[in-house]
Amino acid sequence: MPTMIKSMMEGTVVSIQIFFLTLIFAIPLGLILTSGRMSKNIVLRTITKWFLLIIRGTPLMLQLICVYFIPGMLSAAWFGKSVSLNRFTAAVVALAINYAAYFAETYRGGIEGIPLGQYEASKVLGYTKAQTFFHIIIPQVIKRILPAMANEVITLVKDTALVQIIGVIELMYVAKTQSSALFSTVPLFVAGIFYFVMNGIVSSCFNYIEKKLAYYK
Amino acid sequence: MKEIITVKHLEKSFGVNEIIKDISFDVKKGEVLGIIGPSGSGKSTILRCLTQLEKVTNGTIEICGRTLVQNGVYSSKEELRNIALSLGMVFQNFNLFPHYSVLKNVTEPLLRVLKKSKAEAEKTAFELLEKMNLTGKANSYPCELSGGQQQRVSIARALALKPNVLLFDEPTSALDPELTGEILSVIKDLANEKMTMIVVTHEMSFARDLCNKVIFMDGGVIVEQGDPNDVISSPKEERTKLFLKRFNR
Repeated sequence: MPTMIKSMMEGTVVSIQIFFLTLIFAIPLGLILTSGRMSKNIVLRTITKWFLLIIRGTPLMLQLICVYFIPGMLSAAWFGKSVSLNRFTAAVVALAINYAAYFAETYRGGIEGIPLGQYEASKVLGYTKAQTFFHIIIPQVIKRILPAMANEVITLVKDTALVQIIGVIELMYVAKTQSSALFSTVPLFVAGIFYFVMNGIVSSCFNYIEKKLAYYK
Repeated sequence: MKEIITVKHLEKSFGVNEIIKDISFDVKKGEVLGIIGPSGSGKSTILRCLTQLEKVTNGTIEICGRTLVQNGVYSSKEELRNIALSLGMVFQNFNLFPHYSVLKNVTEPLLRVLKKSKAEAEKTAFELLEKMNLTGKANSYPCELSGGQQQRVSIARALALKPNVLLFDEPTSALDPELTGEILSVIKDLANEKMTMIVVTHEMSFARDLCNKVIFMDGGVIVEQGDPNDVISSPKEERTKLFLKRFNR
C-alpha cells in the first residue's frame, strides 16, 4: 500500500510539471496566435485561422503522437539519422500548442467583446495603441475570459493523462499499472481522487481571482 | 476674436455613402457652437473627423493654428498627435474606464499621456472633481454612479488634459431629464468660463440659450447657420422649420 501511494505521488509530480509547463507556454503563445488571427494582414490571418481550425479540429492524442514521432521520421528520411524530442518535451510541446489554440479563441472572444468606445476614448485622450491595449483593454479582457479560462484549465488537468500515449509515466499511467499489479481497482479510484483534489485547487484559485476582480462591472 | 477651428469643404463618405457633403464653418476662441439636426445627418461625424476617429474624404481642417488636413492630405504623425491633444471629447455613452476608480479615470491619462507626477495628477483631479461636485465619489467605480455622475466624471477626465476645445457628442442623450439638467448646467458653467466648445445636441432650448452660434444640418449639409435666436426661434429654411415644428409650437 505505501509503495502504491508513493509511486502514484511520483506520477502526480510529473502530471503537475506537465500542467504548469503547458500553461506557462500556452498562455503567451495563445496571445501571439490571437494577434495573428485578428491581424489586418489577410495572409497571416488566413494562415492562423486554418492552423487554429486544424489544432482544434483533430484529437489531442493524435497531436501528441505526431509531435513525438514525426521529427524522428523526417530526420531519418532526410539525414539518415533519427533525431526526436524526448517523451516529456514532446508532451509539453503538443499540449502547449493545443491549449494555445483554445486560449487564442477565448482571448479573441474577450477582446472583441470590449466596446469600441473604450478604444475611442483612449485615442481621444492621447493614449498610444500599446498603452490602450495593455492598460485599458487587457485588464478588462482578463475579467471577461476568466470563467472560460477556468473551464479550459480544469480540462488541462485531466488532459495531462493523455500523455501516456507517448510513454510519459504520469499519474494515470501509474494508476493503471498499479491496478493490474495489485489486481485491484483501488489505485484507479485513488487517481480519481487525486485529479479531483487538483481541480478543486484550480477552481478555488479561479474563484479567488474572480472575486478579486468583482469590484467593477 | 481668433478662429480656433476652421473647417473648409469637409467631405466624408463611407464607401458610396456620402455622410458629409461640403461643409464649412469656424469656431472662434471662447465661442460655443451648437450643432443640431435629425439623427444620421452627420453631426457626430463632424466631431469624429475633428478628433481623428474618422478620416476625412476631402477638405481642410485647421485647429489652433495647426493644419490637421489640407484638401484631404493629412499632416505628419507628430502634428496630428499635437492636434489631438488640443481637443477633448465627451461621449454620449461616457466611455469611462470601468476598471478604474473615478479618481484614476481622471489621473491615468495625466500620468500616461502628459507624464505628470502622481501628486500633480491627483491635485488636478481633486480640483476638477470638486468642480464637478464629485469629491465624495473619488474612490467609487463608474458602475456605482448614476449616468449624470458618470458623465461629469468624463467631463472632468477631458478637462484634466487642459484641451483648447471641448467637444460634446450628444452628452445628454443617454440621460433622463433631471440628469440632463445636471450636465447642461455644467456645460453652462464652462461657457461662462469662456471654454471653447462644440456641442452636438437635441436639447433645443439649451442650444438657443447657451450657444453663440448654431448650425442646423440635414443630409450631410448645413441647411442653416447663424445666431441661435434666428436659426432656432425664427428659421428661414423650410427644412429647419419642419424639424423645429414641435419645439416652436
